[in-house]
Amino acid sequence: MNEATVSVESRQSGRIALLREFWSYFSENRGAVIGLFFFIGIIIIAVFADFIAPHAPNQQFRDALLQPPFWQDGGQLRFPLGTDAVGRDMLSRLIFGARYSLFIGCVVVSLSLVLGIFLGLLAGFFGGKIDMAIMRLMDVVLAFPSLLLALVLVALLGPSLINAMIAIAIVQQPHYVRLTRAAVMGEMSRDYVTAARVIGVRTLRLMFITILPNCMAPLIVQAARSFSSAILDAAALGFLGMGAQPPTPEWGTMLAEAREFILRAWWVVTLPGVAILTTVLAVNLMGDGLRDALDPKLKRS
Amino acid sequence: MLRFILKKIGVLLPTFFGVTVVAFIFIRMLPGDPVMLMAGERGMSDERHAELMQQFGFDRPIIVQYGSYMADLVRGDLGTSIITKKPVLEEFLTLFPATIELSLFAIIIAVLVGLPAGIIAAVKRGSFFDHTVMTAALTGYSMPIFWWGLLLIILFSGILGWTPVSGRINLLYYFEPVTGFMLIDSLLSGQEGAFRSALSHLILPSVVLSTIPLAVIARQTRSAMLEVLGEDYVRTARAKGLGPGRVIGLHALRNALIPVVTVIGLQVGVLFAGAILTETIFSWPGIGKWMVDSIFRRDYPSVQGGLLMIAAIVMLVNLVVDLLYGLINPQIRHNS
Repeated sequence: MNEATVSVESRQSGRIALLREFWSYFSENRGAVIGLFFFIGIIIIAVFADFIAPHAPNQQFRDALLQPPFWQDGGQLRFPLGTDAVGRDMLSRLIFGARYSLFIGCVVVSLSLVLGIFLGLLAGFFGGKIDMAIMRLMDVVLAFPSLLLALVLVALLGPSLINAMIAIAIVQQPHYVRLTRAAVMGEMSRDYVTAARVIGVRTLRLMFITILPNCMAPLIVQAARSFSSAILDAAALGFLGMGAQPPTPEWGTMLAEAREFILRAWWVVTLPGVAILTTVLAVNLMGDGLRDALDPKLKRS
Repeated sequence: MLRFILKKIGVLLPTFFGVTVVAFIFIRMLPGDPVMLMAGERGMSDERHAELMQQFGFDRPIIVQYGSYMADLVRGDLGTSIITKKPVLEEFLTLFPATIELSLFAIIIAVLVGLPAGIIAAVKRGSFFDHTVMTAALTGYSMPIFWWGLLLIILFSGILGWTPVSGRINLLYYFEPVTGFMLIDSLLSGQEGAFRSALSHLILPSVVLSTIPLAVIARQTRSAMLEVLGEDYVRTARAKGLGPGRVIGLHALRNALIPVVTVIGLQVGVLFAGAILTETIFSWPGIGKWMVDSIFRRDYPSVQGGLLMIAAIVMLVNLVVDLLYGLINPQIRHNS
């Protein structure tokens, strides 16, 4: 019994040490830390949108159409970043838009990660015909430019935010399948897998509990990548009218609505794009930091 | 080498087969039947409906339909557009040069700027230049290009008035397309100012389209160069007393280029995806805009045909890149 507690303790302290090591590599990358803080900021804004935003996102002020931001002539502090063509407060819409972007990123990454890991494990673990079938299927998905396939899928399912997220997840999961399969194949020949087999560990346990945790590093890096590209693609679909539908304050959809005012009211066009760019940039900065911290090949270079 | 080529094509065939299945199934998976969808909200009589179902062959078993679809495909028949009543392949080929012109221009910009930027950043690792280039590259990589296009329009067309907002050439000029490439056709036409007009229409969209490939190429070049610069043979070359120009240009760059060439090849898919957005913003009459318009007009034969053609082109370019890779790097050829 005494021995058991000792081993549990050392396991925990091992984990803390691993986290420490991870943080020390991660924090070496200044951009990654900036990205992380920015990202945390966006999460806070999204969570507390109801309290931070000065107005409701869809409330229309008929007396204040296309008001410029407060520092320009004709602007007022009531609408710090101006209003759009139907008199909705830009700042409030941008703040609520953060919710959608984070939501899209989370849903797309979870969907494609779960599906991708499952298929990749199957392919890498069993090999042979199953592997062949899965990988050829993924090749087919990858043969289409991702945005085009997502666009067509949404046309098929009907334009809405949910369908856009499903379409983007389908388009992204081949990357997870490939990464998982490659990592699993690398692990399969290791001694610990053979040992587990010899003891008679059951297949499912072997797949998910013995092997999978050792394949996570590239998947985490990929997750950060696809989080940012999910936000970009969803915004692009929204911009083309195939994602979130108006009056949803999704950033891409806001841009689509603002297009006709491009030469008259710079703020309705510029600000949603700034929001998309900075969010995606923050996630990508974090992704680079994760890669540096988790990829043993690059660790000591 | 021949065996290598055949093997690569052998892997591609089942994928292409899968692509045809996806393109084929697409129309059949739409909720409701395709004829009703084409009719849209107007609806139609049951008689007319049955007639059209028969005319398009949708009443036959699905396997038979696929068989005849494939048979048509082999003959180069991609179906007929519902809107223009023209063969889809003909429409595609008419619009394709516009997309090629735009994409070629974009990739040239991306390589001309991205490659040197990546090389210099690697050589001067840790310098101010390096940091600037890498920050710019990551920003470009994170850019929502449809917004970037709008910004450039505001600046260059709205405020400065330097470039036109949309289209391929000023409507003052008219000449029969010879090659389909506006830059070449405008020169051939001999009309004064036509070439300038074509070029000024091309510049903004291609800069927008080049943004992401440029960022990817710069990042990839830098990391490939860094890897190679750490190799023993580069140190040896330095130790032999070769000048930095020779070491970097001859020994390092040559080897660093191998992964970079692959990355450039892989941008075809990115370019197509980017063309969808860029062409929509700039009203550029190419494949990307055509696909978006077809989707909105419910012209499903065109969507189906375009999907297949684009996938086929992406696969073909990737095959060529693979083969080139094998050609440059014998290791790959013999291992696979």
